[in-house]
Amino acid sequence: MATTAGTTRRDFLYIATGAAGAVGVAAAIWPLIHQMNPDASVLALASTDVDLTPIAEGQIITVKWRGKPVFISHRSKKEIDEARAVPLNQLPDPQPDQARVKEGKDQWLVLVGVCTHLGCVPLGHQGDFDGWFCPCHGSHYDTSGRIRRGPAPLNLLVPPYEFVSDTSIRIG
Amino acid sequence: MHGHGTYIPENKALAWFERRLPVLGLLKSSFVDYPTPRNLNYWWTFGGILTVVLMVQIVTGIVLVMHYTPTSADAFDSVEHIMRNVNYGWLLRYIHANGASMFFLAVYVHIFRGLYYGSYKEPREVLWILGVILFLLMMATAFMGYVLPWGQMSFWAATVITNLFSALPFVGEPIVTWLWGGYSVDEPTLKRFFSLHYLLPFVLFGVVLLHIWALHVVGQNNPAGIDVKSNKDTVAFTPYATIKDSFAMIVFFILFAWLVFYVPNYLGHSDNYIPANPLQTPPHIVPEWYFLPFYAILRAIPSKLGGVIAMFGSIVVLVFVPWLDTSKVRSARYRPLYKQFFWILLVVCIGLGYLGAKPAEGIYVIAARILTAYYFLHFLVILPLLGFIEKPKPLPSSIAESVLKGKESDPMPAKG
Ligand code: HEM
Ligand code: FES
Repeated sequence: MATTAGTTRRDFLYIATGAAGAVGVAAAIWPLIHQMNPDASVLALASTDVDLTPIAEGQIITVKWRGKPVFISHRSKKEIDEARAVPLNQLPDPQPDQARVKEGKDQWLVLVGVCTHLGCVPLGHQGDFDGWFCPCHGSHYDTSGRIRRGPAPLNLLVPPYEFVSDTSIRIG
Repeated sequence: MHGHGTYIPENKALAWFERRLPVLGLLKSSFVDYPTPRNLNYWWTFGGILTVVLMVQIVTGIVLVMHYTPTSADAFDSVEHIMRNVNYGWLLRYIHANGASMFFLAVYVHIFRGLYYGSYKEPREVLWILGVILFLLMMATAFMGYVLPWGQMSFWAATVITNLFSALPFVGEPIVTWLWGGYSVDEPTLKRFFSLHYLLPFVLFGVVLLHIWALHVVGQNNPAGIDVKSNKDTVAFTPYATIKDSFAMIVFFILFAWLVFYVPNYLGHSDNYIPANPLQTPPHIVPEWYFLPFYAILRAIPSKLGGVIAMFGSIVVLVFVPWLDTSKVRSARYRPLYKQFFWILLVVCIGLGYLGAKPAEGIYVIAARILTAYYFLHFLVILPLLGFIEKPKPLPSSIAESVLKGKESDPMPAKG
């Protein structure tokens, strides 16, 4: 058999055995790791319907969706104007207010109520920008839920939702 | 040092057993005959104290589990059930909750003892690194334990701490979802924390054994920081160290008992007596006192990822201390400059702890930034430079000499 000095059939067998062993161990570990990911029942917790009629102008309500708080804010004209008056280049995470609401429904702002810093629930109608203030490490959000000051890197998330009628939405 | 194998018990049955498994010889050589430097002071009693506190936590924890229910609907009520209905439940829970604080108090003393007397230096590097691993395991255990009562602080501590991982680019979000087993901290999170809170103390116990093994291989450091040279430098573990350790333990446990019986909730937060509410964060969330310095470092950095890196970095830097410290002299007793920087570091760490409890605004943030910068400066710049700049004081020629200088005769003749 033509063997170059140094590599032999035996070396090949060692490496092949080692490689097969490593793949086997990885395959055995995967179920142990993946079992910690969200299970089928968690994934099945799909959508939440919310009737908007009882929410007065200027009021913010909190509903639960996928175990998280979702804020629904019925914004006043003043709040909408404030949000739209800010030049985008002053925002840490630039996004126009129009992109955060449904067209023609400018008064309805729907947000996941989880601070994008470390996950606390911000307080409504507070902070230096009249939007939300997170008490945990001092993040200020504006009336569009966009981060303006503080350690949070991103705007409050807008969850996937749609208007099922003029006065009710389905989140998720 | 390793006398086992030669030890033969007088009792016939024990001698028979010893020939088959020399466990008594191992215990005797480790905790009776083991030579300890004769100049050890009370700062050396905290290792033993830590071991005992770990056992207290394990024993009280196992009995708490007999009454505790790890579900989001029942966890809070089951802890109240322990407090009100279970016989001595209040005592067991208060011992366990305050035991965690006492554990950290002891470990901080133990760590600063090591820093002062240079116990991390050659040949004790592995011993020191095992200690840092123990510290990390303790933090993980205490954090997950704190989540179990499922009060407001439990819930929001779990949320904020797990969210630290979301700072990692790309893998952050999937990791957090994986840790939670869902899209927020919820029942799956509680159950896995319970499982791991039960497991980790036993891992801790295993690493403690390695830590003690490494200690017995290289021998104890001592306040003079010089090596043991002869039998005159040591005394036998029993009775000398045993008695001294026991005395310190009693004093330590008086403090422990005072907390448990007189002010059991002094170190806790009243918000944790409010059941977890995922829709509302308490206005002031602060971690337990023993995490405050690290919390201050986290908040001092004005970037999410940066804060997380600085916080973990502040612990990881300890791993490298044996190599960052370039001085050949171990004990701060003979290092006039290092000694001063040591006390400054201690004050800085306490200052960080104070700032960690304050709101993250205004002057507090600025102060936290200065102290955080100093913390890293100490380890990354001052320690390496001191070894070159400082002129150490002359070392005593032996431990015996350092103890006996000025005394005529040897009041405590070395035995064994
Ligand atoms: C390294 C040792 C340990 C530490 C530092 C530790 C720490 C903690 C902490 C801080 C709490 C929260 C106490 C409270 O506020 O109510 C806790 C709770 C708990 N721990 Fe541990 N623990 C340790 C070992 C164990 C072990 C070994 C077990 C079980 C085998 C255990 C079982 C429990 C249970 C059931 C609770 C919930 C009941 C309660 O809140 O008092 N722990 N632990
Ligand atoms: S979690 Fe909101 S500012 Fe940190």
